[in-house]
Amino acid sequence: MVKGTNMSTHSVTASSPGTEANRHTAGGSVGSLSDVAQEIERHLPDKLMDPIMETSLLNIYYGDFHAVHDVNLAFGRNEITALIGPSGCGKSTVLRSLNRMNDLVPGARVEGAVNYQGQNIYARGVDPIAVRTHVGMVFQKPNPFPKSIYDNVAYGPRVTGMKVDDMDDLVEGALRGAALWDEVKDKLKQSAYGLSGGQQQRLCIARTIATKPNVILMDEPCSALDPIATARVEDLMLQLTQDYTIVIVTHNMQQAARVSDRTAFFTARPDETTGNRTGLLVEYNLTKQLFSQPSDQRTEDYISGRFG
Amino acid sequence: MTTTTTTPAGPPSPAGLRGDPVDLSGRSRPGEAVIRGVLFAAALVSVLTTVGIVIALLRPAVEFFRDVPVWEFLGGTRWAPNDSGNPDFGVWPLVSATLVITVVALVVAIPLGLGAAMYLSEYASPEMRRRLKPIVELLAGVPSVVYGFFALTFVTPNLLQKVLHIDVGFTNALAAGLVLGVMIIPTIASLSEDALFAVPLSLRQGSFAMGANRMQTTLRVVLPAAMSGVAAAVILGLSRAVGETMIVALAAGSRPHLSLDPREGMQAMTGYIASTAGGENPVGSTSYNTLFAVGLLLFVITLIINVISIALVRRYRQEY
Repeated sequence: MVKGTNMSTHSVTASSPGTEANRHTAGGSVGSLSDVAQEIERHLPDKLMDPIMETSLLNIYYGDFHAVHDVNLAFGRNEITALIGPSGCGKSTVLRSLNRMNDLVPGARVEGAVNYQGQNIYARGVDPIAVRTHVGMVFQKPNPFPKSIYDNVAYGPRVTGMKVDDMDDLVEGALRGAALWDEVKDKLKQSAYGLSGGQQQRLCIARTIATKPNVILMDEPCSALDPIATARVEDLMLQLTQDYTIVIVTHNMQQAARVSDRTAFFTARPDETTGNRTGLLVEYNLTKQLFSQPSDQRTEDYISGRFG
Repeated sequence: MTTTTTTPAGPPSPAGLRGDPVDLSGRSRPGEAVIRGVLFAAALVSVLTTVGIVIALLRPAVEFFRDVPVWEFLGGTRWAPNDSGNPDFGVWPLVSATLVITVVALVVAIPLGLGAAMYLSEYASPEMRRRLKPIVELLAGVPSVVYGFFALTFVTPNLLQKVLHIDVGFTNALAAGLVLGVMIIPTIASLSEDALFAVPLSLRQGSFAMGANRMQTTLRVVLPAAMSGVAAAVILGLSRAVGETMIVALAAGSRPHLSLDPREGMQAMTGYIASTAGGENPVGSTSYNTLFAVGLLLFVITLIINVISIALVRRYRQEY
């Protein structure tokens, strides 16, 4: 399997220093969670020079229904990009188009391009299954498989035929990467359904990073979690930017403000003739910028709570 | 005082005004009692029938075991209840025939039934599923005597002898088992499909998002998640196969014969009951009572299968 150019810096890192997991940390070790949070205060270029992924003139239809209109977005490497907006604005639809999960919806159709490392994933001959090994996904409701914790994590490498020297190592690394190892190391063979909701969601993240994707899509990953579990997952996201690019859909504007580097605000525009609501991108900027000085009135109305 | 009570021609005061007596006493509703009684009787009939069957089976069976020791019945390998010179009551030939036919039936029905279920649930378009599923279920409506003749007059002479060149007799366990398998396909397919289809979409999405293909998703995620329902479907098919009479009586033969070779003719437990219940044996004779001993054994076997089924369903129950 040929991966992208940043494969060399790619690894599953341990959550705390001084553990035995140093053998996994090819790409540099990670400090404590607060260190990571501070590290995120890095300088980000206003303009993305080398995005890992970008959409151009992306239009998505479900049958006759025009769900998303002309979206141009670029996602920076090792950044977190948040997609926000009111319900029905097409942000989840855009997210699912980034790893061709929309293919599973009968009648879904995509126009325009989604370029991943310079290659259009909707080009003829592209295998959606191969795309998904590069662009993983975490869902709104934790959806672990009815298997043991270990088998949940090992599932992706097994089904994709990944060359694995030591599956135990890989599972441990992925669970450490998702900050779950210490909680589950003694019950790896137990059913994943015995875990709490927050643990299940981190297991789903571990499961995703076990396949070593470059991009992780998260569709409202915390909406089914309590505030404490949410905080843990947010910490984890910041930590994951060491190795991954994250695109997150969230209804929670504070969450977008807390974790993301860039934010895209979507809204829905009713069609004059049919009344169908088509989603469009209103504003895309550095998160700080977007929340402090929105350039569009609709953005300002939304983030100040006047609608949505 | 409110205006309604002071107006002489006004409507009667609504109940619940302060100070008014409230009447909450119930009216008698004789209809309710009748309906309750009728429904209870409906439930009672099936319970009483079961009890009646057990009693009807037990009494002659107990009499039978006075003449023939239990160990001779359960341990013997020669079944010749009507051999007046040298009768033997070893039930193994009948049990082994039931076993062979059932195994052949399951070998046919499990892959085909599960395959049909997986296709309908995971591969077929909603339109296709809507049209195909009733057709599969239609197979269950064919009377078993028709299946029996199909085995006897088509499967054995044409399919087994002419096409596959298998050396089988006029009656044989193979034809009976194959057709019996076809008969229980709808049971297994339909119930398994319900179980597979009930698995939440989020699990399939999770699997696809990991880079799994449809077959991997079906076999490694959906099927294990639906295992309790699938196991129940297979066991129900198994119970039907063990208890099925017409097909085995017609196609498998009526010669008790201890063998595990499905190419041979043999008499299954149900086949024996069907062919002996014709009334040739005087009521109360040992050979008459054999019917009930075999019937009781069949009843116990089916009961054990059902108990295993319930245990399996509990064991594999998943809360997804």
